[in-house]
Amino acid sequence: MNNKSLISINDYSKEEIIQLLDRAEDFEKNPSQPLLKDHVIASLFFEPSTRTRLSFESAISRLSGKIVGFTDASSSSVKKGESLKDTILTVSNYSDLIVMRHPLDGSARWASEVANVPIINAGDGANQHPTQCLLDLFSIRKTQGTLDNLDLAFVGDLKYGRTVHSLVIAMTMFNTTFHLVSPTELKLPSAVKRYIKEKNLKYYQYTDLEEVIPNVDACYMTRIQRERFADPMEFERVKNSYVLTREMVDTSKDNFKVLHPLPRVNEISEDVDSSPKAYYFQQALNGVYIREALLTTILGV
Amino acid sequence: MERKELKVSAIKNGTVIDHLPSDSVFQVIRILNLNNSENPLYSGINLESKKFGNKGIIKVENRYFKPEEVNKIALLAPKATMIEIKDFDVVRKTSLEIPDVITKVVKCINPKCITNNQNVPTKFEVMNKDKEEELKLHCHFCEKTTARENIMFK
Repeated sequence: MNNKSLISINDYSKEEIIQLLDRAEDFEKNPSQPLLKDHVIASLFFEPSTRTRLSFESAISRLSGKIVGFTDASSSSVKKGESLKDTILTVSNYSDLIVMRHPLDGSARWASEVANVPIINAGDGANQHPTQCLLDLFSIRKTQGTLDNLDLAFVGDLKYGRTVHSLVIAMTMFNTTFHLVSPTELKLPSAVKRYIKEKNLKYYQYTDLEEVIPNVDACYMTRIQRERFADPMEFERVKNSYVLTREMVDTSKDNFKVLHPLPRVNEISEDVDSSPKAYYFQQALNGVYIREALLTTILGV
Repeated sequence: MERKELKVSAIKNGTVIDHLPSDSVFQVIRILNLNNSENPLYSGINLESKKFGNKGIIKVENRYFKPEEVNKIALLAPKATMIEIKDFDVVRKTSLEIPDVITKVVKCINPKCITNNQNVPTKFEVMNKDKEEELKLHCHFCEKTTARENIMFK
């Protein structure tokens, strides 16, 4: 990797992604290794994100690294009006690597251009969240035994869900067939479909969830948010049509798994949780291994 | 021989930027930062043009531009030509070319982009450069694309 920062999943080649997944598998077998005992990692959360932050902190702790930082901008100099550039330049002095989450799109790329230590983007506004994408790839490979030639369903808010966009783009490297299930208001943007077309891969669009489940290897569920709808009636109409039920899961293939970036609201019925095909909580655990792999790869330890 | 009347007086040495859309002239002056320079500048708007019907023109005395400097205005004035004058003679004529990367002069369309919220210079990759109608700018920071008809200059 030339630029050591990870800002966008598009920065990594297929080979680099596979190397990271392989490394994450090693950490899965042996999660606690003191590889970062001489390192200080800054964790700058300009907006709160409990799951991502805890997963990074857990990964850093398992590697015996030290953490400095803040968990929300109201307790930092940002509140006093400091620019991102100044914050990053200052924190670069105190740490070997910066993990950052920021509400503005493009903030992480900008930070990587001013910082003299590597940046890991833990989410920049609605733009990118590459470590989520890596853990999704890890989870798919782990449950399916391969990333190649799969039939994947993406369900829910495909328009605004940035995890969906990154994962679709990443999966175009692996000859995936895409089954896109969403209300018409929340279809996958054409800018993302362009990636699928460029690789000459197939995608199918559906508004009905039930018919898709028996034909796919895994299903990536997302939350449909009320604020995406101009008309609240419209939200009420669609919100219950994209709920994955136990009955649907029972019609699926043996290798079928349910993935979800979490938090879930009601889009997966709770009775799916006890199915061996529910994978979303293990998926969150995989985030720790992939972040351990990423931190150690970037820091070269 | 019949002498052509010049609406904008000739310059002895310097640069003429011709065939500008009339409504782009003030923006071009600003983008090239000619409003802050000491060089005498003459400009014309709504002049008759055989090729375009209506055009604008800028003449700057004692000032020459590198192509990359003047290409910054190619998005505004794709048909413009840059003419270098020495001792009242044309020494070189070049058409503008839309660059691969555009920095600073254009605003990102995304209100949540870091460049619209903090003091960060904009940077765009130009996509579909060959097909004028489908030209788009891809923001280096927020990764959103701005279609040609939505391009706003700073």
